[in-house]
Amino acid sequence: MQPLIELRQVSFGYGAEPALESIDLHLHPGQFAALVGPSGAGKTTLLKLVLGGLQPNQGEVYIHGQLLNGQPNPHVGYVPQLETIDWNFPVTVEQVVLMGRIRRAAIWPWPSMAEKRQMRTILEQLEIDHLAQRHIRDLSGGQRQRVFLARALIAEPDLLVLDEPTAGVDMRTAENVLHLLADLNRQGMTVLMTIHDLNAAAAHAPWIVCLNRRIIAQGRPEEVFVEDILNETYRGDMMVIRQDGMLFVQQRPHSHTYHEVVPDPVPGHPIEKVNDGYISASV
Amino acid sequence: MMDIFLHPFEFEFFRNGTIVAVIVGGICGLIGVYIVLRGMSYIGHGLSHAIFGGAVVAFVMSWNFYLGAGLWGFAAAVMINQTVRRTKINADAAIGVITTASFAIGVALISRYRRFTQSFDAALFGNILGVTTQDLWVVAGVALLIIVAIFFVYKQLLFVTFDSEVAQVYGVKTEWIDTLFALILASALIASMQILGVTLIAAALVIPAISARLLTDSFNRMIILSTLIGAVTGFIGMYLSFYIDIASGASIVLLQAGIFGLALIISSLRKHASQRLMHTHL
Repeated sequence: MQPLIELRQVSFGYGAEPALESIDLHLHPGQFAALVGPSGAGKTTLLKLVLGGLQPNQGEVYIHGQLLNGQPNPHVGYVPQLETIDWNFPVTVEQVVLMGRIRRAAIWPWPSMAEKRQMRTILEQLEIDHLAQRHIRDLSGGQRQRVFLARALIAEPDLLVLDEPTAGVDMRTAENVLHLLADLNRQGMTVLMTIHDLNAAAAHAPWIVCLNRRIIAQGRPEEVFVEDILNETYRGDMMVIRQDGMLFVQQRPHSHTYHEVVPDPVPGHPIEKVNDGYISASV
Repeated sequence: MMDIFLHPFEFEFFRNGTIVAVIVGGICGLIGVYIVLRGMSYIGHGLSHAIFGGAVVAFVMSWNFYLGAGLWGFAAAVMINQTVRRTKINADAAIGVITTASFAIGVALISRYRRFTQSFDAALFGNILGVTTQDLWVVAGVALLIIVAIFFVYKQLLFVTFDSEVAQVYGVKTEWIDTLFALILASALIASMQILGVTLIAAALVIPAISARLLTDSFNRMIILSTLIGAVTGFIGMYLSFYIDIASGASIVLLQAGIFGLALIISSLRKHASQRLMHTHL
């Protein structure tokens, strides 16, 4: 099967600083992939390359086998980070959603009847049809995410790209958003998202790509979320707990030397530093 | 009473001036919405000064005023856009550098050729006496072109104003839209210069739009309200200018400032009322 998105030996840098090196990535139709990695790992840069907003310094980006390099990707629906949105901007839900039709829109300022029908169908599907005339500021976190998802869906994309869809929302809303994405994926939509919450990624995304300038590993959560790979990805001390068929990832508590925290906890009793940071004190 | 209303229209300069003030007020109100929402309120101030530099250059070089000043303003607006896009410099800094340098060229030329200093007073402070029938037709033509342009790129302009980066992802040619908007802005400023004056154009661009913003949360309503505020204050401002004998630009802008104050009061009262309603329901 031909990949929907294919990155071949893609490298990109901002000035002299490399952000991504030799990326080989395939995303097939119907896949649901989560891109994980620490801040500065190049996740958003990779998304921008897929969106066509950036041109690789080396390598090629293909969509449906066609070279994309640096042109807006017409097959994609993009949901940006909600934190980048100006919530005081005077637009209603309906106006935001209809922006997604811009590629196919008529030149008149008003939407066609067909566009309005399509918008209503998508809003109903996402259960926010009652909010169409609401100002975007007057929405909850979950509703806001659904509005921008609706804007992406009305573009009739083959691929949904989401930048941190769970950032800045509470745990329950994050769960709802990820369930919604899983539902859309089950209906055939290909999904690529960046996410910081590894436990949410493990629970919802069937395919994980670990990134830190280069692809460290990719595969199913149970294959990828192992300590060696996570330590290499995050350059930290990660801990993986498996319980009742579920995966939990946790960063090991920071190993300060005791002297850094409490210089002299028990006067007259020396503190010994052992095992690279773990502490024992003879009292 | 009717005589007070009709008397000024006996004078051709007032008829021409009032029509131009209404058109210019409306156009500045319309464009001001995009400027305010893009957070570029300072551009009107800067660009009008840049255009003043262009007007002086056009005079010295014996070019057509509208063509010389218009091209100069357009070039300055494009340079600001490109500087912001391609460097780490913020819009306010780019506007500050490019437009002030352009204005300085005008000032330098005026100080070098002192003989024509007097004729630029109208450009600086606005003067209804200076509006000829030819000016009227030029302003009406420019206004029509601006309205047609905004009509056909309405959706793209809204998307770019809301979120330029994402608009590009969705296939909007943002660079093209920015350039078109720079051309629209430069044209509106040239058309407004005679009636409002360089020093007051910025206010006429910003005040109707922020007043409208205070009164509505709807983009479409904001566009209509801002255009109306600009046009109506242009009309009434001309009367004030005639009867109180003050510069037309100043009377229009002072009137707009009054509308802004009123909008501020209405907005605060509404907010207060909705908070009280919320407390009642709780």
